[in-house]
Amino acid sequence: MLIPHPLLGLRDAQEFVYMGDAALIGRPDGGDIATLHNYLYLRDNPAGEHRELWYHEQGDRSWLVVTRNTATHEILGAELARDVARAKGRSK
Amino acid sequence: MTRIAGGLIDRNTTLNFTFDGKGYTAHPGDTLASALLAADVRLMGRSFKYHRPRGVMTAGSEEPNALMQVRTGGRQEPNTRATVAEVYDGLEAQSQNRWPSLAFDALGINDRFHSFFAAGFYYKTFMWPRKFWEAVYEPIIRRAAGLGRLTREADPDAYDKGFLHADLLVIGAGPAGLMAALTAGRAGLRVILADEDFLAGGRLNAEAGSVADQGSADWARATVAELAALPTVRLMSRTTVFGVFDHGIYGAVERVSDHLAAPVAGQVRQTLWRIYAPHAVMATGAIERPIAFDNNDRPGVMLAGALRAYANRWAVVPGQRVAIFTNNDSGLASALDLQAKGVDVVAVIDSREGGELLPGIRHLRGAHVVDTSGRLGLTGITIDMKGRRETLAVDALGVSGGWNPNLGLMQQHRARPDWNDQIAAFTPARGPKGLMAVGAAAGEFSTLGALRSGAEAARAVAEALGRQAPYALPKAEDQAYRIAPLWAVPGASRAWVDQQNDVTVKDVKLSHQEAFTDVEHLKRYTTLGMATDQGKTGNLLGAAVMAELTGQSIEATGQTTYRPPFTPVSLGVLGGRSQGRDFKPFRHTPSHHWAAEQGAVFVEVGMWLRTQWLPRKGETEWRQSVDREVLATRKSVGICDVTTLGKIDIQGTDAGAFLDRVYANTFSTLAVGKCRYGLMLREDGMVFDDGTTARLGPHEYVMTTTTANAVTVFRHLEYCRQCLWPDMDVQIISTTEAWAQYSVAGPNARKLLARLVDQDISDAALPYMGCAEVTIGGLRARIFRISFSGELAYEIAVPARYGDGLIRALVAAGEAFDAVVYGTEALGVMRVEKGHVAGNELNGTSTALNMGLGKMVSRKKDAIGVTLSGREALLAEDGLRLVGVKPVNPADAMKAGSHFLKQGAAAVAENDDGWLTSLVWSPHLGHYIALGYLRDGAKRMGEKIRVVNLLAGTDILAEIVSPHFIDPEGERLRG
Repeated sequence: MLIPHPLLGLRDAQEFVYMGDAALIGRPDGGDIATLHNYLYLRDNPAGEHRELWYHEQGDRSWLVVTRNTATHEILGAELARDVARAKGRSK
Repeated sequence: MTRIAGGLIDRNTTLNFTFDGKGYTAHPGDTLASALLAADVRLMGRSFKYHRPRGVMTAGSEEPNALMQVRTGGRQEPNTRATVAEVYDGLEAQSQNRWPSLAFDALGINDRFHSFFAAGFYYKTFMWPRKFWEAVYEPIIRRAAGLGRLTREADPDAYDKGFLHADLLVIGAGPAGLMAALTAGRAGLRVILADEDFLAGGRLNAEAGSVADQGSADWARATVAELAALPTVRLMSRTTVFGVFDHGIYGAVERVSDHLAAPVAGQVRQTLWRIYAPHAVMATGAIERPIAFDNNDRPGVMLAGALRAYANRWAVVPGQRVAIFTNNDSGLASALDLQAKGVDVVAVIDSREGGELLPGIRHLRGAHVVDTSGRLGLTGITIDMKGRRETLAVDALGVSGGWNPNLGLMQQHRARPDWNDQIAAFTPARGPKGLMAVGAAAGEFSTLGALRSGAEAARAVAEALGRQAPYALPKAEDQAYRIAPLWAVPGASRAWVDQQNDVTVKDVKLSHQEAFTDVEHLKRYTTLGMATDQGKTGNLLGAAVMAELTGQSIEATGQTTYRPPFTPVSLGVLGGRSQGRDFKPFRHTPSHHWAAEQGAVFVEVGMWLRTQWLPRKGETEWRQSVDREVLATRKSVGICDVTTLGKIDIQGTDAGAFLDRVYANTFSTLAVGKCRYGLMLREDGMVFDDGTTARLGPHEYVMTTTTANAVTVFRHLEYCRQCLWPDMDVQIISTTEAWAQYSVAGPNARKLLARLVDQDISDAALPYMGCAEVTIGGLRARIFRISFSGELAYEIAVPARYGDGLIRALVAAGEAFDAVVYGTEALGVMRVEKGHVAGNELNGTSTALNMGLGKMVSRKKDAIGVTLSGREALLAEDGLRLVGVKPVNPADAMKAGSHFLKQGAAAVAENDDGWLTSLVWSPHLGHYIALGYLRDGAKRMGEKIRVVNLLAGTDILAEIVSPHFIDPEGERLRG
């Protein structure tokens, strides 16, 4: 697979480490056990469009949010996870 | 000899080779199959199950029958298709799956008892007793039903991996592929033309047609010459594109040296290419399919197109009297080609009714071949003409049941192909983005149609890239292809569908009868298409027979899933250079060269090679060295390379706050110049990693991680920094390779270091858990007063390039104290003696509470994992706790991997009380000691339990003690 890195262009997926659902960005800081449990364990597993975290470990160390169709492997876009996190209102 | 005139072989050179020990000759350009046919050898193998005599069936990579063992020694290779193996001088080939000889095979008896060996026979017969499955039945079946044998010797050759990029990848160098490459190449596109054959041209070499007013093979030669001269075109012959992967990535194997006795010095045997191409054309041609009729598998029965190819390309006719059995026009063209070559074409048996008759040939319409004769080779055929039977004496029969577009690559992404009634075959549909089918692979069976579709595809690709690619089509044959489907001729005996796996029409019927009607079930029940040829010739025939039985259309019956590889790929080329010593890279520590000079024994720790112990003269057993290193360290001083621990520099105004969130304990309150042990959790509350983190300045920390987790901890920190708290002012960088770091431990550690360090390192200047930036002879260094061994200990770090100098300086300065250098074994002994957790305890399913470190988890703040570590079950009072274990009788040797049991409890899983995690011999105490997780362990100090290892057969009475075997009050490390 090729991942369109927003800064570096098309990069081979072998350079990346996959982590999973980008919903992990929405960590409920300071949440109770039930909230953190839902955050950590209850994930969607769609056959189709999926936003997921990839880490450019053998590259510039950027965490990316890649939008991928899990049924076809088509990649619809990639953003810096930091930008996605900020857009969700995360800061410090 | 049945060589005729012509052919694309070099008759000026003669090559010698052997088959089953007998000598034969060949010419450059010959395959093993063509050379054997030229020598009138028709019997080339025995079938998989029935051990039926078999000959060559095809002239290409789809061959199911003519599989041979080629070469000897370490290069011996089983299941080589004789139809694609090039002959080199000295080649040695052996037939397979026969004993004692190919002509007389003892297991040919299987054929006599064929009714017992129908599909499903094994499943039904070899069921009881169950313990016979692996011990008795499987070895016997495997020996009887077999292919070639692997050599047990190491492969002497090298294999490479490589990467290529192109605007357009053209797969196949037949008319469509050549025209696509030519059109794109002339337009200046970067083109790769990959062809599995050693001679470009595809069917242009196999048929006696003309292109651009010259022989079709001549046109192919001229086109290749022009392509070779184009600067942006790369021609890759002997290169099979075997897989289509995501986003325009293709896998290909180039057989660099398979056509030679051995690779030329410096050359590899094969290369695995990863080809990146946003556009590709699949010009893979079509594969002719057989018709099923009784005894259609005898040596001499071939595909009609293969007969034609052997005659035109290799100037070989595999018989004196030839017949053709066809349901389509290509069979007629084959007959005409053969006749033009002077071959005696006895008859053309055409299953179609009416229509024109071929001139000058006995052309029978509405006729079928219903049986054949000849045990080791075809001697005759029986034909049926509307009830009238006739037997013809022939020694070769060409069969054409039509042509299947070779669409495997296109369907590897699971799209189902479309059915095309016009050609009675599937055509490719909806393949991966960027890949398009052209020529016969797309169902364009005329030469001109193939040329046009190739050129048109290249023009479209050029346009997509903003270029013009005009083309002019050469003059070529453009005949319509007419076929009237005929799949299986009814008969009383056996008619083969899949020759390699011995699947007959009867087996398909049995599969239907037993309700395995889906093609995927049919495949698994009968093994249709599961052999090394993956059913390239037989799959559709099998599906068609099933369709007739179910009354469904072939389209609805469908095809099984296509998967890579297209043809078999050797494990050697997939492994490439990653074997033996080069399986993975090694990382050497800064003291490696010094340690190697001393004769150190090394151990792999991840990619690192670390000193395991350093034997001294006279030490013959590892324990002698390790015991000495431990005792000498505890008595005076020892030195150990700890560079492999992960080191991460953390800087920024939020560095302290950041650490508070990634560690379970608090770091923002740590004073500058101090170190603290840190416990890092995963979000689920399990311990992730541990290590010491030092504060070098108000906004500057240096974290250490375990060797094993150096990479994953860094990845985790980047995740926290970028994804969770993107605005924190914190920067991190790994400095594991930047600093060489040594532990200096033991009562004389300070005295030793004082000889090297320029500054005061007295207890007052550098107390326990202190750190400082110092110099060694002016060279900048860092010193940390931390201890893993439980002794007065320091870690001293210098820039990595001075690491070799520092180990030598430490050893020299240590001479006055009888200092030792110790390895990872002694390190492990001392940490167990001190009760420190390490990898065995940090097993991913243990909490801080399990480790006896529950108090370190601060509940005053939110840090990763803290909340979920508070889940009820994880806080159970009687949960596992880290304990020390020592044998009641000091002479007893506990075993690693043992479990704990109460006295008197049966050794069953329900009574499991925990397990032993780390076991060492303590030279200090003179007996084995261990750490372990014991249920409710904190309350069981002094209890006697059993340490049981059922595998080793040990059951030892032991006492539960504090994990701190040595200096529990920590007086030594504060000394």
